[in-house]
Amino acid sequence: MRIELQRRPAASGVFSLVSPLLALVLTLIFGAIMFRLLGKDPGHALYSFFVEPLLEVWSLHELAIKAGPLILIAVGLSVCYRSNNWNIGAEGQFTIGAITGSILPILVPQWHSVLVLPLMLVMGAAGGALFAGIPALLKTRFNTNEILVSLMLVYIAQLFLDWLVRGPWRDPKGFNFPQSISFAPEAVLPPLLDSGRAHASILFALLAAVLVWFMMRFMLKGFEVTVLGRSERAGRFAGFSARRMVWFSMMLSGAFAGLAGISEVSGSIGHLQPSISPGYGFTAIIVAFLGRLNPLGAIASGFVLALTYLGGEAAQLSIGVSDKVTRVFQGLLLFFVLSCDTLILYRVRIIFGSGRAREAKS
Amino acid sequence: MIEAILLTIITAATPLVIAAMGELVTERAGVLNLGVEGMMIMGAVCAFAGAQLTGLPLVGLVAGIVGGALFSLLFGFLTLTLVTNQVATGLALTLLGLGLSGQLGEAFVGIPGVKLAPIVIPVLSDIPVVGPLLFRQDITFYLSIALVIGVNWFLFRSRTGLKLRAIGDNHGSAHALGISVIRTRYLAVMFGGACAGLAGAQLSLVYTPQWVENMSAGRGWIALALVVFASWRPWRVLAGGYIFGAVGILQLHAQAFGIGVPSQFLSMLPYAVTIVVLIIISHNRRTTLINTPACLGKPFVPDR
Repeated sequence: MRIELQRRPAASGVFSLVSPLLALVLTLIFGAIMFRLLGKDPGHALYSFFVEPLLEVWSLHELAIKAGPLILIAVGLSVCYRSNNWNIGAEGQFTIGAITGSILPILVPQWHSVLVLPLMLVMGAAGGALFAGIPALLKTRFNTNEILVSLMLVYIAQLFLDWLVRGPWRDPKGFNFPQSISFAPEAVLPPLLDSGRAHASILFALLAAVLVWFMMRFMLKGFEVTVLGRSERAGRFAGFSARRMVWFSMMLSGAFAGLAGISEVSGSIGHLQPSISPGYGFTAIIVAFLGRLNPLGAIASGFVLALTYLGGEAAQLSIGVSDKVTRVFQGLLLFFVLSCDTLILYRVRIIFGSGRAREAKS
Repeated sequence: MIEAILLTIITAATPLVIAAMGELVTERAGVLNLGVEGMMIMGAVCAFAGAQLTGLPLVGLVAGIVGGALFSLLFGFLTLTLVTNQVATGLALTLLGLGLSGQLGEAFVGIPGVKLAPIVIPVLSDIPVVGPLLFRQDITFYLSIALVIGVNWFLFRSRTGLKLRAIGDNHGSAHALGISVIRTRYLAVMFGGACAGLAGAQLSLVYTPQWVENMSAGRGWIALALVVFASWRPWRVLAGGYIFGAVGILQLHAQAFGIGVPSQFLSMLPYAVTIVVLIIISHNRRTTLINTPACLGKPFVPDR
């Protein structure tokens, strides 16, 4: 048995829509098999993983809280990946954004003003963008590989945060816990509704998705991203600069990751601590691909992956599987998304019998 | 004291060298597998499980190699048969490996591991200083040296190695000459997986004989950087591996000494050094172009 690919004359519109759904279905089937192997009832397990979190108001709020950073980061990464720049260090830019955004509430807690919150958000986004500027600078100036540099910077950012909250920024009245002082009320993103905790980060995410979608669809910049991503040479003929695109795409994605970071700290946590993210920066890579590198697609896929986080927590309580199942689900999902995307560009033919037999016949 | 430090440097460098040697062969065949970290951690958990279940660390070692190779097949199937994007698929392999190993290793957390015993080579091991350092090591160290020599011979002295390099530099021409591009690449990917698995096995059977989630701690990524650093040449991987190993160990000793620098900044060193090294190696565009396999990361669909 062999698998042969035949290039389609044009990308299949049908499969562009079907492939993410197919990937979801395949992930669920594999998930069912996995639960069976773990000795759980697959139906019950999948129900408590993917349905139960949707049934209560508070957990819908949690869903929005988790989807916010995922979508926000993924929207930036979509632009980046479309332009063929591989920023995989969003987790680090998220962390640095959280740190630079927290400068005001931690270092000048006595300043009470309505300006604090907007300034925090701007500083968070700026911090993330500048941090993503490091791999951009090194790529444009020294030709270094942005994948490796941005990834290495994740470890550096996390260690830096660890040092801050255990050292200079530790709350002196915090019983030696490694965390900063709690943010004053005017430095906290307020809840959107009275019914739960969800805060503005989900709004930022939706707004960013729509704006970036508009840019990609209707503005010259979006066209530039696509052309340079498909072929740098073609882009040069059109007068686009690949170098400037590295800067633009990296800093855009860094800014969104930084904004996500400060929103998470300000809205959900309320202070800095050594661990502020359950891997949002990495999971957002999956979100971007499941959304087919389309900002609007990222909205839908962001909620799906947010659900896997919640489902993991719920399943831990209700059926007693570990929350590590979440990451297995997320990994599987990305695999299936990538494989199903093959169907968009290629016709897949499965040929039974050996190739020689076929050649002998023809 | 110095001897003890040198010993730990060797132990720290060995997994880097092994994993990077595997990735070097994969990349020489034109395939960029960013899943080294994932294959490594899968190797680590498989090796630990194998050693726990049988009580034999050598069985664990084999389990690590097989685990890494099988896991890499997943990457091979996607990138070679389904022609998916290699960067994204490699990332997927890493994410899945980290998740899956956490799930598989859950039962092993906190259990003391079985350590791979050193193999003492008679006569040679009695040489002062050098003897205990180089000839009383466990099998993974000897394997790492054998890998460097073997891969160097294979790539530059054997016919198959020449074909593999041809595939990496121009898969279209290689295909036209009748060399089986896809099959060779499958084998190269699996070799990379087996090496990453072995490197992971070294972590959970020698370096720190226990299972800790995410215990590879970015070593797979450093191995990837090492291949670039070595400009795809085996002996330079060996040299680079020891430099990175030394940085990792010396910062630990500096932390223990308490030289006034916060420990977190010392822990950053291996990652920061990786970045600096990448800058030094990559800044000359022309030499990078000459050294990089020309078809690295490019998709290949045979025309029929």
